[in-house]
Amino acid sequence: MKDWKVLLVDDEKEFVVTLAERLGMRGIHTETVFEGDGALKKLETYEPDVMVLDLMMPGMSGLTVLEKVKKLYPKIEVILLTGIGSTSEGLTGMRLGAFDYLMKPLQIDELIQKIGLAISKGSSTN
Amino acid sequence: MRSLKGLIEDLLSIPEERSTPERYRIVGRNIAILMLITTLVPLALMTVINYFEYKAALRNEIQAPMKTLVNKAKHSFELFLAGRLSTVNFIASAYKFEELADEKNLNRIFRVLKKEFEGFVDLGLIDSNGMQVSYAGPYGLQGKDYAGQAWFEHVRVNGVYISDVFKGYRKFPHIAIAVQHISDDGREWIVRATINTGKLDDLIASMGLDAESDAFLINRQGVFQTKSRFYGDVLDKCPEIPPISFEPAVIERIDPLGRDVFLGYVYFNQNDFVFVLVKPKSDVLKVWYTLRADLLIVFVIGLAVIILAVLKLTNIMMKRMKESDDKRTLALREVEHSHKLSSIGRLAAGVAHEVNNPLAVINEKAGLMQDLIQYNPDFPDKDRFVNLVKAIIQSVERCRTITHRLLGFARRMDVEVQILDVNEVLQETLGFLEKEALYKNVKLDLDLSKNLSKIESDRGQLQQVFLNILNNAMAAIGDGGTIAISSFERDSQMIGVTIKDTGHGMSDETLKHVFEPFFTTKKSGEGTGLGLSITYGIVKRLGGDIEVQSKTGTGTRFTVYLPKKTPAQSGV
Repeated sequence: MKDWKVLLVDDEKEFVVTLAERLGMRGIHTETVFEGDGALKKLETYEPDVMVLDLMMPGMSGLTVLEKVKKLYPKIEVILLTGIGSTSEGLTGMRLGAFDYLMKPLQIDELIQKIGLAISKGSSTN
Repeated sequence: MRSLKGLIEDLLSIPEERSTPERYRIVGRNIAILMLITTLVPLALMTVINYFEYKAALRNEIQAPMKTLVNKAKHSFELFLAGRLSTVNFIASAYKFEELADEKNLNRIFRVLKKEFEGFVDLGLIDSNGMQVSYAGPYGLQGKDYAGQAWFEHVRVNGVYISDVFKGYRKFPHIAIAVQHISDDGREWIVRATINTGKLDDLIASMGLDAESDAFLINRQGVFQTKSRFYGDVLDKCPEIPPISFEPAVIERIDPLGRDVFLGYVYFNQNDFVFVLVKPKSDVLKVWYTLRADLLIVFVIGLAVIILAVLKLTNIMMKRMKESDDKRTLALREVEHSHKLSSIGRLAAGVAHEVNNPLAVINEKAGLMQDLIQYNPDFPDKDRFVNLVKAIIQSVERCRTITHRLLGFARRMDVEVQILDVNEVLQETLGFLEKEALYKNVKLDLDLSKNLSKIESDRGQLQQVFLNILNNAMAAIGDGGTIAISSFERDSQMIGVTIKDTGHGMSDETLKHVFEPFFTTKKSGEGTGLGLSITYGIVKRLGGDIEVQSKTGTGTRFTVYLPKKTPAQSGV
């Protein structure tokens, strides 16, 4: 778990920063980015195992970011965060190659479990 | 005319205010009046026209035979008189003066005359001085001097004379016929015969009149020449002298007995006589009176039938009109209601999305606090803080449930139709509740129709419908009670499911708002007030209907009707 590298992308800073701290307390290394463009830039210098990506963001939307990430960095597994009632967007994301989707507000244990599954999938395919 | 036009406009105008009883009353009344006018006016006109037309035709029909009869009688009388006159004329010219002056001869002639011609009473020969030379008959008038009498002068001038009826020396009514003869040698004599008017009576009797009718001769001065059945004896004065007409005529009079009568008459051309025939109207118009009564009965029955039909029709029309107005109002209300629901739905969706992010933040912050407390073994008041944070996280969880429901309510869910057994869906749904029922000591009473048709519907949504209603029932019951669930075939189109509880029931006021979103009677925090409005929305979307009956203290009964075939999706 200590080797896990996670990139958190969400425009809601308070949320993403707090989440990063909590994951950090659990020994997961995280980086945070607050917009889609920033996420793509970050990937140029930082290669995470998993990317946790919010779908509802101003500017470049989560789905666009997802498409580009899957194209440029197919190894990175993406877990999507959706608002309640946006199940269909989550499903669309999964068709575009996302590993899974979670609804906000999150249960931290559930997120960690999904991250773990995504990493084990990534390593098994590698 | 103006006022009539105004009246018609008033009748045709329909008050605009909808659905008030007054409006239906006015419209109904106006329609009834218009229908009555349009049907009764022609009927009344027809009746009146028939009445007068038929009366005129009948009068004509009655008068024509009367005229014929009068004319015939006149001819009979004239023929009779002419016959007698020519007989006397023949006697005057066939015999010489001496032959007639011989009483034996005259008596013989008179006997033959009486034998051959009825009515002759006597026969006399009068010389140019007015002296009765010879006489044959019962009264012994030989030697009577007629010189100076009007008739004698008349016959001397005109050669012929037929008298009015008179009594004269003979003391009974008779007519005198006198004929002057001037022989070739210039000798002048007059033969005079009298005729019993009984013969005239016989002629009248032979007309065969009914008991109520009368016929008689009068002269132009209105003196009876024959006796009348009702109006006087011979030589009495007749109460009425009809206007002169030598053609048969009929006039209408009221006779001295007070009867309405037709009076047919004709003036004689050669004599002073007028023949009069009297027939009471009541007799001849009997047919007319019957017909008039028939007409009246037909009119009254027609009137009654029309009024009844009009009232009945108007009633039915008004009922239909009210029903269709009610339906329209109901449809409008339903549209309003669904608009209300959909706008509230949009609002709810917005609220849910907006609230969701801060909620996620609160969740994470609280989570972090929890982490910090738990990872620090020396945290002061650790247990208290752990509980406080737990409470925050639980509240966030509750908010999450609410926003989830709000979105569920707002979402335009596509109906996923499959053929399913509603009994099965009910049993599945009850599966969720069995434990709670056991725990609350609630009896679940199932009465599912074995022959229930399978229907086309959405399993998940049906489950939500039943679950919502069952949850409400469970909440209403509290501890101990019964929930009775039954399914049944309503008709060829629909099936029904009834869920009845023995809970605390609802007041009428609550019942009115029961399907409105955010309406709840549960304590704050216990319910969102969305359950039943979601249920309502789903049932409507599935093409069904939902009814609720409730009584405070007795319980509530929900009935859900579902179509066997799903209607075309409306997207509501």
